[in-house]
Amino acid sequence: MNINNKQITLHDMCLRDGMHAKRHQISLTEMISLATALDDAGVPLIEVTHGDGLGGNSLNYGFAAHSDEEYLSAVIPLMKQARISALLLPGIGTVNHLRMAHELGVSTIRVAAQCTEADVTEQHIALSRNLGLDTVGFLMMAHMLEPGELLEQAKLMESYGANCIYCTDSAGYMLQDDVYARISALREGLKPETEIGFHGHHNLAMGVANSLTAVEAGASRIDGSAAGLGAGAGNTPLEVFNAVATRMGATTGVDVFKLMAAAEEIVVPLMDQPIRVDRDSLVLGYAGVYSSFLLHAKRAAEKYGVPSEQILLTLGQMKTVGGQEDMIEDVAINLAKGK
Amino acid sequence: MVNNKVNIAIIGSGNIGTDLMIKALRSPMLNPEWMVGIDPDSDGLKRARSLGLKTSDAGINELLRHVEADKIQIAFDATSAYAHREHNDKLQSKGVKVIDLTPAAIGPYCIPSVNLERLMASDNQASPINNFNMVTCGGQATIPIIAAISQVQGVEYGEIVATIASKSAGPGTRKNIDEFTRTTASAIEQLGGAKQGKAIIVMNPATPPLMMRDTVHCLTETTPNQQAITDSVLAMVKQVQQYVPGYRLKNGPVFDGNRVSVFLEVAGLGDYLPEYAGNLDIMTSAALGAGEMLARQLSGQPQTHIE
Repeated sequence: MNINNKQITLHDMCLRDGMHAKRHQISLTEMISLATALDDAGVPLIEVTHGDGLGGNSLNYGFAAHSDEEYLSAVIPLMKQARISALLLPGIGTVNHLRMAHELGVSTIRVAAQCTEADVTEQHIALSRNLGLDTVGFLMMAHMLEPGELLEQAKLMESYGANCIYCTDSAGYMLQDDVYARISALREGLKPETEIGFHGHHNLAMGVANSLTAVEAGASRIDGSAAGLGAGAGNTPLEVFNAVATRMGATTGVDVFKLMAAAEEIVVPLMDQPIRVDRDSLVLGYAGVYSSFLLHAKRAAEKYGVPSEQILLTLGQMKTVGGQEDMIEDVAINLAKGK
Repeated sequence: MVNNKVNIAIIGSGNIGTDLMIKALRSPMLNPEWMVGIDPDSDGLKRARSLGLKTSDAGINELLRHVEADKIQIAFDATSAYAHREHNDKLQSKGVKVIDLTPAAIGPYCIPSVNLERLMASDNQASPINNFNMVTCGGQATIPIIAAISQVQGVEYGEIVATIASKSAGPGTRKNIDEFTRTTASAIEQLGGAKQGKAIIVMNPATPPLMMRDTVHCLTETTPNQQAITDSVLAMVKQVQQYVPGYRLKNGPVFDGNRVSVFLEVAGLGDYLPEYAGNLDIMTSAALGAGEMLARQLSGQPQTHIE
């Protein structure tokens, strides 16, 4: 594999996807300490939002320790070089949340949709672009579409005004060939000036390998999180990817040792549980289930006395998608009833 | 009865408009006279023609030319929140009462099992109600449950998650996704009685398509009275079933501290889209219920009660 001299923009997910692994309870002090360390290491983009995006505070997904406004206001003014992004899922957050994030100074809005439903993002992508923001279309659960179909959805987002399109492996299900086929299709079919990104989950321990393949196929933005803090078995561990990509001759602009230090000294002590490929997260990756379901399923398993991997497998069979956390308790109740 | 039927028009030839037309053709009170759309190739307009309605693909303006001659008294708008304001102004200028199936929320919210009778009673010549807003499909499915809980005790916070099959969500619904969440959240407060409301909508692309699912989560102000809440929810489910037979309680009420959760499913009658599209039925059946009650009022007939 040759990625020599490729320019890669790293995007850290600890303070958004990592919120899932922390039940959205990251404190302002912890946010500030990690964001400033990532900034100091040269990470160019850091996402700060409730795990389920702007407006994600809810009984369904969990109430965060602080509001999105509080998190963004605490972090943004302290950044020396890093830019801050916010995630928005239409159906959960609205353009009102987008305007709030813009006023607080985010540089980037990532509008996320189930990969088959790109047409729900029109008003949000258009507004973000009109506000002059770096505007990303984020196609989730991208393993569910064939490359050509994924391209059609990506083109919709591009036509609404997105300047970057992500292939998002929300279930950590993809293998390298899956990534190569999808990123290549996007690279060939989208405008040359449209950037391509890849967001991985490490449920099959493929985060780093898949991200390298994405770069080889034409992606220039890679999501990951220091020490992997993210939903499921976590995101692509960013300090590992940065070290590997640097050795392979790619340019990230991120200090290998400073990022290692942030992962080791700040993120790992933050973890409530080890972020690793345990049985449940392996089930997520194997069966193609949305990674954020993990902790909700463990909680429901405990409450109703049923195996968490059974809950996750059932959710996979039901073909649930991101956002359907409400079905976790429903499935657990049915399993407990022996249905 | 036939002589007393009130002539109606349907604006919008998409999923909701077409399902509504099929149901309205069975109504003892309503006579669907017109359907207008803007897509000459739409399946809805073709069906309307084959079922004997007058149709046009020139939208609202063509309909307006015929309102007086065809004695259109009620119009159902199944287009989009963006188009609705203009439609409403034009229809009202011709004296047509409007039932709004978009989340535009110009007129008062209307959920049959919660406030239809109260609304109709307050619609009089001194202060007429000329526009009734049917909230959203998710709101029709969930707000009755929140209202049932608030009838027992105070609800601090009410939240709903509506999941619909991708195939049942037409372009209007997709363009109006923000209006869906805002209008539903506001109606959770106004009609559901929750101090604060939140709404979430998810579209699921699975094949075969999944049945509409709706989940209600509430936080009660004090420790929930489990028996009273359960009784109230069960009674409300029965009431909604009177106009949406496929409305089902799947699980719950489940109690966890002050959290009360109720898991629902809505199967449709399969009139236009197959039965998975309960989101169409709950909307069109509710709108039809409102339209029939309005028609009785317009033709001076005594109201029958929902219960």
